Amino acid sequence: MKPFAYVKPADVEAALRAVATEPGAKFLGGGTNLVDLMREGVERPDTVIDVTGLPLDAVDDLPDGGLRIGALVRNSVLAADPRIRARYPMLSQALLAGASPQLRNMATVGGNLLQRTRCAYFYDAAAACNKREPGAGCDALDGFTRGHAVLGVSGSCIAAHPSDMCVALAALDAVVEVRSVRGDRRIPIGEFHLLPGDTPQNETALAPDELITAVELPALPVAARSRYRKVRDRASYAFALVSVAAALEVRDGAVAGVRLALGGVGAKPWRARAAEEALLGGAADEAAFRRAAEAELAAATVRPGNAFKTALATATIAATLRELAREEDAG
Amino acid sequence: MSGGTDPQQADGPGGPRDHARPAADRGSHRNGVLLASGVTSNSGRTVLPELRMKVNGSPESLDVEPWAGLLDTLRDKLGLTGPKKGCEQGACGACTVLVDGVRIVSCLALAVQYDGREITTVEGADHPLREAFVRHDGLQCGYCTPGQICSAIGMLSEYAAGMPSSVAAEGLTDDEIRERMSGNLCRCGAYNGILDAIADVAARDAR
Amino acid sequence: MSTDVAEAVRTETVPNVGRPLDRVDGPAKATGEAKYAADHDYPGLAHAALVHATVARGRVTALDTEAARAVRGVIDVLTHENAPRMRPVKRFSLGSFVKGSSVNYLATDEVHWDGQPIAVVVAETPAAARHAASLVRATYEELPAAVDFAAEEPKAVPQKGNAMFSSAADKGDANAALAVAPVSVDLRFVTPPYNHNAIEPHATTAVWNGNRLTVHDGTQSIAFVRKHLAMRFGVPERDIRVLAPYVGGGFGGKGMVWAGTLLAVLAARATGRAVRLALTRESVYRTVGGRTPTTQRVALGADRDGRLTALVHTSVARSGGMPEQVTSASRHLYAAETVHLRQNVVHLDLVPPTAMRAPGEAVGTFALESAVDELAWRLDMDPIELRMRNEPERDPLTGKAFSHRMLREAYALGTERFGWRERDPRAGAMRDGRWLVGMGVATAYHQPIRFPASVTVRMGADGAVVVRCGLHEIGVGAATVQRQIAADQLGVPLESVRVEVGDSDLPAGPIAAGSGQTASAAASVLAACDKLKRQLLALAGPPLRGRAIGDVQARDGGLFHGGGGRTYAEILAGAGRDHVEAAVKDGWVNFLARSARDGRRWVHGASGAHFCEVRVDADTGEVRVSRWLGVFDVGRVINAKTAAGQLRGGIVMGLGMALSEQTLVDPRTGRVVNASLSEYHVPVHADVPRIDVHCLDDPDPTTPLGLLGVGEVGVTGVPAAVANAVRHATGKRVADLPITLDKLL
Repeated sequence: MKPFAYVKPADVEAALRAVATEPGAKFLGGGTNLVDLMREGVERPDTVIDVTGLPLDAVDDLPDGGLRIGALVRNSVLAADPRIRARYPMLSQALLAGASPQLRNMATVGGNLLQRTRCAYFYDAAAACNKREPGAGCDALDGFTRGHAVLGVSGSCIAAHPSDMCVALAALDAVVEVRSVRGDRRIPIGEFHLLPGDTPQNETALAPDELITAVELPALPVAARSRYRKVRDRASYAFALVSVAAALEVRDGAVAGVRLALGGVGAKPWRARAAEEALLGGAADEAAFRRAAEAELAAATVRPGNAFKTALATATIAATLRELAREEDAG
Repeated sequence: MSGGTDPQQADGPGGPRDHARPAADRGSHRNGVLLASGVTSNSGRTVLPELRMKVNGSPESLDVEPWAGLLDTLRDKLGLTGPKKGCEQGACGACTVLVDGVRIVSCLALAVQYDGREITTVEGADHPLREAFVRHDGLQCGYCTPGQICSAIGMLSEYAAGMPSSVAAEGLTDDEIRERMSGNLCRCGAYNGILDAIADVAARDAR
Repeated sequence: MSTDVAEAVRTETVPNVGRPLDRVDGPAKATGEAKYAADHDYPGLAHAALVHATVARGRVTALDTEAARAVRGVIDVLTHENAPRMRPVKRFSLGSFVKGSSVNYLATDEVHWDGQPIAVVVAETPAAARHAASLVRATYEELPAAVDFAAEEPKAVPQKGNAMFSSAADKGDANAALAVAPVSVDLRFVTPPYNHNAIEPHATTAVWNGNRLTVHDGTQSIAFVRKHLAMRFGVPERDIRVLAPYVGGGFGGKGMVWAGTLLAVLAARATGRAVRLALTRESVYRTVGGRTPTTQRVALGADRDGRLTALVHTSVARSGGMPEQVTSASRHLYAAETVHLRQNVVHLDLVPPTAMRAPGEAVGTFALESAVDELAWRLDMDPIELRMRNEPERDPLTGKAFSHRMLREAYALGTERFGWRERDPRAGAMRDGRWLVGMGVATAYHQPIRFPASVTVRMGADGAVVVRCGLHEIGVGAATVQRQIAADQLGVPLESVRVEVGDSDLPAGPIAAGSGQTASAAASVLAACDKLKRQLLALAGPPLRGRAIGDVQARDGGLFHGGGGRTYAEILAGAGRDHVEAAVKDGWVNFLARSARDGRRWVHGASGAHFCEVRVDADTGEVRVSRWLGVFDVGRVINAKTAAGQLRGGIVMGLGMALSEQTLVDPRTGRVVNASLSEYHVPVHADVPRIDVHCLDDPDPTTPLGLLGVGEVGVTGVPAAVANAVRHATGKRVADLPITLDKLL
């Protein structure tokens, strides 16, 4: 990887001052994505600001029953947190579905929010990639697209967002807290990740000098009955072809509350609002589940290599909702 | 090589465990932060951080470039060739080591991030699993074995600490072990033996 | 020791051959002490990294190495403009047998495939070398290239170049018989390219001392690496030492000499430093060949009772590498009245393919055994019954005798152990919650090759035995099993035998290929032990003097006749010798004579019956293998533990072939797109169920010790067994690997 200056700030303020004065600086969390990309030459920061020593690793209760998760909480720790498991099981499950145990012990919440795509053409310096090199073109469009997105894509980029955690956060209406020397900001998760459009190099709403300090999960009773279903080519340790984060509340046979987000199919963690709208107030049955899924996938733009994802996503959404509805019956 | 002279203590709250060494050895500071760089910094000095780690029980003091990986550092600076390089991108687990008892992939770790920490490689992992792997033939070529064993040690601690997995079974079932060990590839396909070795040791622990 | 004391300590020695013993090198591997090719340190060791071409064919018109040279710690950047020239690969030389490709790296500006090395960076650290390599900029003049297997397939030509096997065979007029068969299937199969992905990436540490060269190399062919390096660097073989005591997996990928080995040696020569070139995983994909892709047609005709009247099996694979026997199982497995076999190849401008665990058979059995299963569906017949109705008594094409054939026993035993009769024969009829359950079988078949092996066995005055042979410990238990054999032959405790392997200074071992390493070495160990015993008998005084070797038993650490005898220590002490050593030299002339002789008499083959249970998610099509049984006829089993490991390992690799693995070659550019373990999905723990392996353990009467080889037969038939189980679970026949969920939606 390209040589860089290494900075280990003593506190958050020092970190913010450092990033404000070092152009081309990157924050380093668990390193699982950034170190990989630096070694591949995709990321080439001049300065690396190691924030792993900062005191941002607590999970705190919020007065309304929500939780505030420090940006440096490790994925494995967050997945094991009893409050997460009780109030937001889909988040714990999403974290546990991601990567490997070793990587989850390293990866942080803040880093996971900034995880970059696994598109092979993005990784390969010999391939054309608008995300890596704006204006260079996109070799993925007519390449192998099995892992690529079908929702939110553009003619410039069809890379899928790789994070499992972010799919759950999208379903849960999380809010990302960020700080810079200019002040604090709260960014709703739906606005945090950007669609590629003509500028796939711009992936998040985070400014270069901003540090993610926490993620807030609002109180959400419906999430107590939720799950994360990940479909992939291996039984473990693979990125999602399709994943579904879903919460469902059924009252008198009708959908009284629902949260639905998709992974593996979106250019960003995909909140399935069209499906949610279709479901809300309607029957909680198989036909309705499928109709809702189809409503969401109607906007899909597929390539020959990933056309199966519309059917797969539809089937997986329906299956996940069916299982939740069955749990409701049982419980 | 270390050229810093700033006396400030760098480890902030929540940072790595503090340990005694002259702060003057620790690179230069600017903006109230520690700066360590293999390139000439704005202050005009070329500095390298000195790194102190306890590795397999013995204290080590190392000069490393900030971009040196923990795996390369263990292998090339300390001669600990147990941790192996299989992919150098966190996809195979052959480089798994324990940091303060927690398993990580050392290939995606920068050495400088682990200042003040306690690292255990397979060479220092005196654990019944080593014997169990041999007895249950949880190995063939042996190249993934150091990572498998370190991973299994970390896994058993995680399980004992109540860390969940996506299998969510009652007890450390075979499926639990499989899922929890899925970060370690074995191309020879010794998975059955690895599973038996771990289950055997776990059952002995439970007794 | 007097005779009556010997009598007192005499025990009915349990033979070591057959015991499931732990590996002798297990502790070294489990403690991290075992040193692999990239684990050896030398004073002043430098590290190298490769720069790869990014076009499939053409010339390098400019190479900008300035930025790379400016990286701190870079020692040199070698290119075709400044590197010392290696000598070219000779056409007729034993050393050429292991050439991965004929390209003379860094000798010209030519590019023959995307990924070919065009420069080598040598630096003080691996990180500096890798970073600098990423900064080398090449400009190319591109030439047209053929890189798309599917597009080139129609241009296939008959396969040539395998001296041991023919690429075509006919018995009767199979196409005519097919046309009139009452029941038939005619299927087209596609298998993708695969990569070995040994977890140890290829690595070489090279040290020149004047004109003498020491090389630590991850290789399956120590003796050939030495020959090849001698040829390429113009150094006598005796001045080269190749060490490979531990090799982190091979599977065929380390059988040939690839760019990494050569360029490490070249870089060491050019820089005057000890150089380690540990390939990145990406560099392995770009410079080491994998398994050829294939397309195959299998058409079967049968009468209504299921007797095969026609068997047609044709294949297209890539040229280069060892010509693969894709249709070989179709020669030996079924008593078809007519047979038509053809193997064709196409040329592609990609890194040449190479042998990968059961080359030819692994993919050929997928097609054949899937087609047989499909025929069983057409006939509404149990697929095992169909196979048994066509089980031949003699080799179907040649009429030769099988040296050993126990497929009937394997299927019979498997039927019981697996609970095959509980299978509901209807497709999609078995269900467990969200899972559709299916069961399938397939036959495994692999023909082992016996290679030359030279061995010495030494008996020391203290009774310690040293067996020396340049074997390859790639995970097979090389030393472990030869130790068992030698201990039994000499009648000494296991603990007193040490086996030295992995060094070209040892007598040349067999290459670790063709499922032949163990049997090849065993033959020579047997012969050497016999020779040693004769020498010892000749030295022995009373009561053994004058005895014929056949009248003497080797047991209890000595030679005995009836109740009387002498320990080896006594014999050596009596003769005033501090050791006796026996050597067996074996070479390629012997090999050719032996192969020709055996080939005329018998057909050798290890075989087996795979039983597979899969679960297919009814919504998503995810396939999970839930149970596995393999019943094998591999002749005698020396070590049930290591043999089962080999067989299981083959099955696990077969599961990867079946369900998740494929090397993606961009048809536009010829570039491997998924050159990483993140994107190339080898099976993980969670993909692998309990694998029940049972060996019939019946010695083949025609082979040394009765061995048939366990390294490769395990993988053959596995993808077919999975595909057949999926067919049973879902009603869908997937004929193109891997069986990913999109094919089942």
